[in-house]
Amino acid sequence: MDAIRADHLKKTFGQILAVDNVNLLINEGETFGFLGPNGAGKTTTIRLLTGVLTPDVGTVYINGINIHRHPLDAKIQMGVIPESSTVYGDLSAEQNLQLSGKMYGMPRALRHERIDEILSRLGLSEKRRNLVRTFSKGMKQRVSIACAIIHRPPVLFLDEPTSGLDVQSRRLVIETIRDMNEQGSTIFLTTHNIEEANTLCQTVCIINKGKIIAQDSPERLKKMFDTTQSVEVSFDRPVTRDLFVVEGILRAEPCGDKWRLYTDNPDRVLKYLVKRAERESIGITSLTTSGPSLEEAFVQLTECL
Amino acid sequence: MMEVPLFLRGILVITEKNMRLYYTKPPVLMFGILFPLFMFFAFFVGRHLDLTTFFPAFLAMILFFTASSVGPLITPWEKREKTYERLLSYPVTQDSIILGDIVAGALFGIGISLLVWIASIFFVPVTITTMGLFIIAFILGTLTSSALGVLLASPASNSPPNVMIFSNLIRFPLIFISGIFVPLQQMDGLALTLAYFSPLTYMVDLFNAAISGISVFSPFADCTVLILVAAGFTIAARIIQKRNLMKGM
Repeated sequence: MDAIRADHLKKTFGQILAVDNVNLLINEGETFGFLGPNGAGKTTTIRLLTGVLTPDVGTVYINGINIHRHPLDAKIQMGVIPESSTVYGDLSAEQNLQLSGKMYGMPRALRHERIDEILSRLGLSEKRRNLVRTFSKGMKQRVSIACAIIHRPPVLFLDEPTSGLDVQSRRLVIETIRDMNEQGSTIFLTTHNIEEANTLCQTVCIINKGKIIAQDSPERLKKMFDTTQSVEVSFDRPVTRDLFVVEGILRAEPCGDKWRLYTDNPDRVLKYLVKRAERESIGITSLTTSGPSLEEAFVQLTECL
Repeated sequence: MMEVPLFLRGILVITEKNMRLYYTKPPVLMFGILFPLFMFFAFFVGRHLDLTTFFPAFLAMILFFTASSVGPLITPWEKREKTYERLLSYPVTQDSIILGDIVAGALFGIGISLLVWIASIFFVPVTITTMGLFIIAFILGTLTSSALGVLLASPASNSPPNVMIFSNLIRFPLIFISGIFVPLQQMDGLALTLAYFSPLTYMVDLFNAAISGISVFSPFADCTVLILVAAGFTIAARIIQKRNLMKGM
């Protein structure tokens, strides 16, 4: 069965067309990545899918239930983590979870059991009675995630869940998403982090200016642009961009202490770099080549529109 | 279909959440409790007025202020804190949110006003003529006032201070044209015409009927007006909030 189905979604705000004829079909148990530049329509789409906003045209089904006709039955099937940490600062972590559990109609005993389990899993047990407003951003986000998964929803929506988090919190969030997916939840994830989508999602969809412009597995999307590969090189002393102005190098980007060179002919570039380094007595400290990246696919897709 | 129990549970949980979060917020305490008390002291202390005569109007004023002070705070506060979006993604509808807000305001009004009434038993020799009518006055008065509070919060604003100022701009003039400080029988001209348009007038009149047995309108008429006004405020709040949501968060 389709966990999420959206047919011909359209939403305008005044003169602005935010979402234009979006169709989605997401299978049960799938992790689905929804990518797009800022203002592309990601958040509006997620709000339409979760029943927060009503579309001008179109329908959304969650596990086969029409969210506009039966909003409560559909919403109980899902957990939602909105864009910013939206939990009550004047309640403790435990009180926030209690409230969430009650909203989903969980019996008291089950609620207590799940709260203990989730707080422990997300490393919040010791601070369960502290007011959330005293928490760091990462901890608030963990409480937000806990509120959304307390009832083990079959469908989980996450709107940029790792945005602005430190490494530890980010890892914990990603682990939780993986766990939920392994337990059978369908995941709908919007993110700016291409690498995150690449590693977590079975299907990636790219939206730009309200329209879906590509939808496929990350590997197949990369292959759409398989003419472009990259070479990463670092030298024992600083070099300027001029060094890379040569036929075969499409683009050169500084990348920390390295340079990333985009090319459609890595063999030619490698030979050129070795020869040039030898000629100018520059030591090459590292040299790696990598295949087409999802990021490159994303950039090319969103730029070509 | 499990929608009806879910809908009712949504109202209960939202009411509980509102009680826990908003009853102790400074604007609620300030405009809901302190202000009506100061108004009472300003008008009655040192003026040798018959408190027994004015008590029903005073009780109606307390009920009006307390019940209508919670509603204006909730929605703007939730929008500012960005918890409103999460609330809408829970298995609740906008209707259950509005009704939960109204019930929370109404319970606050009943709680505080009952305390005032119980405390006043020791100071003001008031006897209630019709207890049933007194209870009806309490319930209808608090629901009407609370629905007004929720309606005042409905314009698209995420600034609680702005909404509180706006709500006081509406609420304060009402106490001067509703037979609280000047009985309706002594009013005439424009003041009397305005009084007919104030829901507080019918609350005061209903409390007068219940406590002293004297009223300008029949209790039935007072009850009908209050029911219609409460329903009107709720429907208007629903329409405005739905329209706001169509425009975005």
